[in-house]
Amino acid sequence: MADIFKPEKGTQVLDAVKWAVSNKASLEIIGQGTKRGLGRAVEAKAVLDMSNISGITLYEPEELVMTARAGTPLTEVQAALDDANQMLAFEPWSPKSIYGAEGGTVGGMFAANVSGPRRILAGAARDHMLGFKAVSGRGEDFKSGGRVVKNVTGFDLTKLMAGSMGTLGVMTEVSFKVLPKPEKSRTVLLFGASSETKAMIAAQSSPYEVSGYAHLPRSMAERSSVDYVKNAGQDVTAFRIEGPAPSVTVRCEALRKLLAPLGESVEELHTTNSQALWAEIRDVSYFTPEKQIWRLSVTPSEGPEIAKSLNGEYVLDWAGGLIWLALDPSDDAEVDKVRGAMQSGHATCMRAADAVRAKIDVFQPQDTALAALTKRVRAGFDPHGIFNPGRV
Amino acid sequence: MKMPKPDQDIIARRSEIIRRLQAIVPGDGVITNENELSVFECDGLMAYKQLPMVVVLPESTQQVSNILKACQDMGVKIVPRGAGTGLSGGALPLADGVTLGLSKFNKILDIDLDNRCAVVQPGVTNQAVTNAVMDDNFYYAPDPSSKIACTIGGNVAENAGGMHCLKYGLTTNNLLGVEMVLMDGDVIRLGGKHLDAGGLDLLGAITGSEGLLGIITEVTVRILKKPQTARAMLVGFDTVAAGGNCVAKIISSGIVPGAMEMMDKVAIDAMQRFVDSGYPLDVEALLVVELDGPEAEVDYLVERIEQISKDVGSTFLRVSQTEQEREQFWKGRMSAFPSIGRISPDYLTMDGTIPRHRLPDVLTRMNELSEQFGLRVANVFHAGDGNLHPLILYDANVPGDLDKAEEFGSEILKLCVEVGGVLSGEHGIGVEKRDLMGEMFTEDDMKQQQRLKCAFDTSGLLNPGKVYPTLHRCAELGHMHVHGGKLPFPDIPRY
Repeated sequence: MADIFKPEKGTQVLDAVKWAVSNKASLEIIGQGTKRGLGRAVEAKAVLDMSNISGITLYEPEELVMTARAGTPLTEVQAALDDANQMLAFEPWSPKSIYGAEGGTVGGMFAANVSGPRRILAGAARDHMLGFKAVSGRGEDFKSGGRVVKNVTGFDLTKLMAGSMGTLGVMTEVSFKVLPKPEKSRTVLLFGASSETKAMIAAQSSPYEVSGYAHLPRSMAERSSVDYVKNAGQDVTAFRIEGPAPSVTVRCEALRKLLAPLGESVEELHTTNSQALWAEIRDVSYFTPEKQIWRLSVTPSEGPEIAKSLNGEYVLDWAGGLIWLALDPSDDAEVDKVRGAMQSGHATCMRAADAVRAKIDVFQPQDTALAALTKRVRAGFDPHGIFNPGRV
Repeated sequence: MKMPKPDQDIIARRSEIIRRLQAIVPGDGVITNENELSVFECDGLMAYKQLPMVVVLPESTQQVSNILKACQDMGVKIVPRGAGTGLSGGALPLADGVTLGLSKFNKILDIDLDNRCAVVQPGVTNQAVTNAVMDDNFYYAPDPSSKIACTIGGNVAENAGGMHCLKYGLTTNNLLGVEMVLMDGDVIRLGGKHLDAGGLDLLGAITGSEGLLGIITEVTVRILKKPQTARAMLVGFDTVAAGGNCVAKIISSGIVPGAMEMMDKVAIDAMQRFVDSGYPLDVEALLVVELDGPEAEVDYLVERIEQISKDVGSTFLRVSQTEQEREQFWKGRMSAFPSIGRISPDYLTMDGTIPRHRLPDVLTRMNELSEQFGLRVANVFHAGDGNLHPLILYDANVPGDLDKAEEFGSEILKLCVEVGGVLSGEHGIGVEKRDLMGEMFTEDDMKQQQRLKCAFDTSGLLNPGKVYPTLHRCAELGHMHVHGGKLPFPDIPRY
């Protein structure tokens, strides 16, 4: 059993890393450990548990900015945002359906660049992260970015930290952009699209500012908790419209008109149903627990065909640009077949047993030049590879 | 402003270097005569000039790769350049360096409306991307005021913003992929038509890297559908504080306008006298707010902002009734630079970002500084996102005036950092703000950033002397101060 360090203040994080550097020991960095199934299992000398480095240190709703220590529970962030009628516009998914654990921390969310359906309109977690403080693998405090949105002051290390899976440094504090919640949210459903590709392109080429495009094949739609979707008896393509009330009404109507000729029929979901549907899509709640899950980021117009060619269960998000694929368990999660189906983009094995993940490249392999560059970048932050060894 | 001392050995080898470059780029792609070189002697930061040793204008990725390889081999520095519109001196040439211009990379390679993206070469202008898709009612959102001339490659290098980035994001939020060449000649591709590059977000890291990490040879950008309608509002106030308060109220009420610009009295007067934009001359602060989207939404938001403006005590309010009037409201703001140019022989354009609510304090202190230095200052301000552009008016023919203006500018930027902001919102650090980096970052912060450069450019030959005040050798940056003995377990709660 590895030692668990549980620092209570920033200087102790620094001490823990300094200890690891001088003892050539490795550290697994965790918040609440909700996404440990993402990447390969880490075998480290000690665990650095950041959950006590916690608390919102700055929240100025009128400035659309929040700063929180890395271990701050997302539930706490959510509650503060709810009070001010604001949100994380990138709509992070809950790890519950995929990994079985609820919750998560601010640091974990940004380190994994967790973004949901609204990513296509509002950007990913990385687009909302403004700055951070961290300890490098050299045992030094460093920071980058700030608390303002417009900033070209030195290299944007903030983007680099987002999605780095804790391999560059231990973040201790993060500043990020928050946005007002939309006044109203509705969803236009297209049943039995003759081509979901064409329907999603048509909506994207419209000026109606759709904030979510998803496609559920019939068998997935049947697993929905929303009756209109569950009982559709055919494929369901969903388009979310958000904004001020008068605008939402007009845009929904226009979108219905645009989509009606492209499928069997159209329907409209109002607030409660609309929110329930997008929460399901966001959290990928359609697959049973034994399935292995892949996440493919591809050219959107190619998504539907790629998804169909893989002979598994799937749901499309991001107008086809994101495929959530579920396969029956196998020794290698059918890695070659999955990556072989894509011309470009990247595929991540989101869920499979430790042994399977140990055997395959969980994250998309890179060509030689890019892999070499990535390695040099990592070495610049963590020359001894003490953070999360083996995870990516 | 001190630049690294030119290496006389390199300058002595100039003809050999020219021959090597001519072997890679045949024809007129290598510029060596002084008259032609003088075109490249500065960028938009015109106070600093330097003739480059030689200019090379390649036209293929292979040529760029060969040039970089050859220069690395010879130990020759490279300064990348797009259209040279940058305002912070990022493309300032070096006496012992090759300026690598990308003007021949001017083709639009692929317009993919189905995937809402365009693939273009880096020398294509910002406006040309919009022009290429506007017949289909699409556009490219980031709109720096130099958009007619500035290039997409330069936009990536500086993470260019503009008036509309409040709602639509900066370059970094509208960029999907690049092809770039590293100093050792390696060609890499980051991102593509899909969202979120796999692996480390190197695409994010190279955006705004001011030509220090690589040469971009292809860019994929997100294009957006044009909003159905847009209307602009002019809202005037008796005090700057009231204007700032109005901005805060609009944002906190949940409205994110397409653009929200503010200007102070000096700027309003200069603009209105330059071109009739309908600006009132009896206000201390003026907002230009633009709402875009479906007509129903725009009308609704205009009404709400009218109400907010009245509530905070606006003294002037006009809403555009026609597209022509909307354009008129913008004319003044769009001509900020020429209109200031008419009231002063020279001016310095500053670019800091502050938390919005600190605006009244910052402007008050700026006016105090203005008196102290004896120089006028006009303010235009991307109010929605706190990006401040004080224009310091001076006369280069008055001895000492430029020095005074620069010192004044430094004080303003220090003030921005002091109130929680940053040195540059969208113009970049370049050489202009290089020596102020220490106001925001510790030595360790800057060393960590420079280690990123070492990963991309081990030789340190790409655009040296920009952004970072102290040049460190990569070997030195890689050195670790490890304790001789092992540290005992630290005093941290353990389980």
